[in-house]
Amino acid sequence: MQIVGVDREDRVPDPAGPRLRPPHHRVDRRAVAWWRTRLLLAAAVPVAVLGVLGALVGPARAWLLVAAAGVAAAGLVAGFGLPAWYYRVHRWEVTDDAVYVRTGFFWVDSRIAPMSRIQTVDTERGPLQRAFGLAAVTVTTASAKGALRIEALDHEEAAELAEQLALATQKTPGDAT
Amino acid sequence: MTDAGTAAAGGPAERTATPAAVPPGPRTPADTAPADPAPGPGAPDDPSPRWRRLDRRSLLVTAQLLLGAAFGAGVPVGAGLAAHLDFRAAVAWVLAGSALLLGGGLAVDALRLRHTRYRVGAERVELRTGVLFTNRRSLPRDRIRTVDLTAHPLLRLLGLVKVRIGTGDQAAAGESALQLAPVRRAEGESLRRELLRRATAAAPADDDPRLAALSPGWIRYAPLSFLTPLLALTGWGAVMQVSQWFGAEETVVDWVRDTFSPLPALWTVLALGAIALVTGFAGSLGLWTEMWWSHRLEREPDGTLRVRRGLLTTRSISLEEARLRGVAVVEPLGVRLSGAARVEAVATGLSRKDSEDDDLNALLPAAPRAVADEVAARVLRTPVALTRPELAAHPRAALARRLRWSLGAALVPVAVLVALGAALSVRGLVYAGAVTAAVLLPAAALLARDAYRSLGHGLAGPYLVVRSGTLRRATVALRRDGVVGWTVRQSPFQRRAGLVTLRATTAAGAQAYAAYDVGEAQGLRFAAEAVPELLTPFLAGGGAAAERGPARGPTPVRDGGDER
Repeated sequence: MQIVGVDREDRVPDPAGPRLRPPHHRVDRRAVAWWRTRLLLAAAVPVAVLGVLGALVGPARAWLLVAAAGVAAAGLVAGFGLPAWYYRVHRWEVTDDAVYVRTGFFWVDSRIAPMSRIQTVDTERGPLQRAFGLAAVTVTTASAKGALRIEALDHEEAAELAEQLALATQKTPGDAT
Repeated sequence: MTDAGTAAAGGPAERTATPAAVPPGPRTPADTAPADPAPGPGAPDDPSPRWRRLDRRSLLVTAQLLLGAAFGAGVPVGAGLAAHLDFRAAVAWVLAGSALLLGGGLAVDALRLRHTRYRVGAERVELRTGVLFTNRRSLPRDRIRTVDLTAHPLLRLLGLVKVRIGTGDQAAAGESALQLAPVRRAEGESLRRELLRRATAAAPADDDPRLAALSPGWIRYAPLSFLTPLLALTGWGAVMQVSQWFGAEETVVDWVRDTFSPLPALWTVLALGAIALVTGFAGSLGLWTEMWWSHRLEREPDGTLRVRRGLLTTRSISLEEARLRGVAVVEPLGVRLSGAARVEAVATGLSRKDSEDDDLNALLPAAPRAVADEVAARVLRTPVALTRPELAAHPRAALARRLRWSLGAALVPVAVLVALGAALSVRGLVYAGAVTAAVLLPAAALLARDAYRSLGHGLAGPYLVVRSGTLRRATVALRRDGVVGWTVRQSPFQRRAGLVTLRATTAAGAQAYAAYDVGEAQGLRFAAEAVPELLTPFLAGGGAAAERGPARGPTPVRDGGDER
């Protein structure tokens, strides 16, 4: 029976307590354009399909065109609103001892992995990311849950970061479990 | 929100594997060499060890199994044929089919036995299989983590066991295991001893190597399992299935109807319910006996925990203590109310599939709390009572959230009934809604309260302890040095209430263990204390409007030591 409750108070959160501060760095500025392109492309496909159908199918033309307009409007709003938001909240930081990534605006997700427990560092570039000169970096530990992902870095910076992380983790012996 | 950057598939991906991910020593986990000649005594690394074969009596086992299958399939098929053909012709067809099955199966097994060889060298264990394509697989001995023996009744009758040798590799669980089926029991035991014995015998002497032994009285907890109703359903299903084989499905239904038709409907329902209950009861007792008979949990001198159990099929499961990251004490509602708990290991390298197949992580069946506490404490080597730990409670806001969830869920059926009743103007439905509300709402409130009281976290020596759940309450003690990262998640509702969900990620067990709805400051302090120095640089302490480092820009600044 010698469990030590670290903090026994069970009232309202104490405002003077520690908080997790946001990581220091933002992702690359070009990420905004990349996210916007992705969202607009994602909206463009159904709009095109609905538009073509609307042109071909006489009886349901009005409905199909209204639906297309609705999707287009949603796509535009999302495309011009969300990326700036993502950019504001998606942050990362690497210290000598740990990697720290925060994502999400409504559901804020902060993940921290110690350098000594990192197992793999992946860099990844899709065709669209290449067009914008970006790359994503994913850091995994021995746990299947809790991989850290930095969505968009300048691709050279990403490669450099991956290299640096690989070097840093080499110093730790063992299999990092 | 975070899916914004899910990269388009097909892009070039490169992986910079850090050396930490590369296993030490030579590695050829699944060395498939199709063009390998017959095994000769000249393999690359160790020249001497001889190739061994599986036990030939496997043929007897196969013959038995095939006979059983032939009988099981032959009787219904014969019955079906007899309806259309002459009786003798039907028997002849069935016998011919059975002979074909038996002969074919035995031939295949004989070929398999002839072409399967294994050997245990100084460096590695090798297995060759395959008739047309030779498959050669080898495991480095220093990576072997488990040697499990199982034997179903036919194997036991002949003194044989099935051996599974595993490296406990999470990544390629399927490829990182060798299966020897079957070898002689003595051979299996000596393999187990030989392969698990290693120089790193760091196991401190324990006065009593036996950590737990089954007490037959624990069977009283078996029917409390959630499996019982499931088994009852399975029983009914089996009856219908068998009767279908014999084309007697309707007879059974008719018989049930005839037997119960003189009784009022209520009695029929009660009687059928009682029968189902008895079936489920008997089934759960049977299953428990088969699973747990002669269960023993021992700490072996070679630094492994060994569980032996089973009535008909015996299992011996070894768990290297170096892979143990903690223990989970699990209390499903029924079991908890009757004062019992079961104990599971939290270990790395038990692949998800394995643990579902055969409960490889079960250390102790549902047993009285005192026993569960003692076993958990002795496995952990830390004097802590996990069924009644003194944990820090979570803020009251967590209770409010749970009440909202459970009352909301309970109101759904009530609302549906009342709305339907009002729409169709059927008064009965409205009354039913009222009754449902009277039953469900208090139950929901009780469950929410219980769920809240289950929440807790704390530190115990080298372990951190988190607890949650009401229908299945789990208390997990996780080694603090087994934590490989933290995840802190906060929803808009949690933010308003000042709560977060804190997860410790680990390579073992469920991969992450959570303290749900813990106070933000409380949780962060807990995490910072549990794994010192990891979180500290990222905390902005004392209420002062947290210093929001706006350090921005594309410059690849790597924050150095000035952070800490």
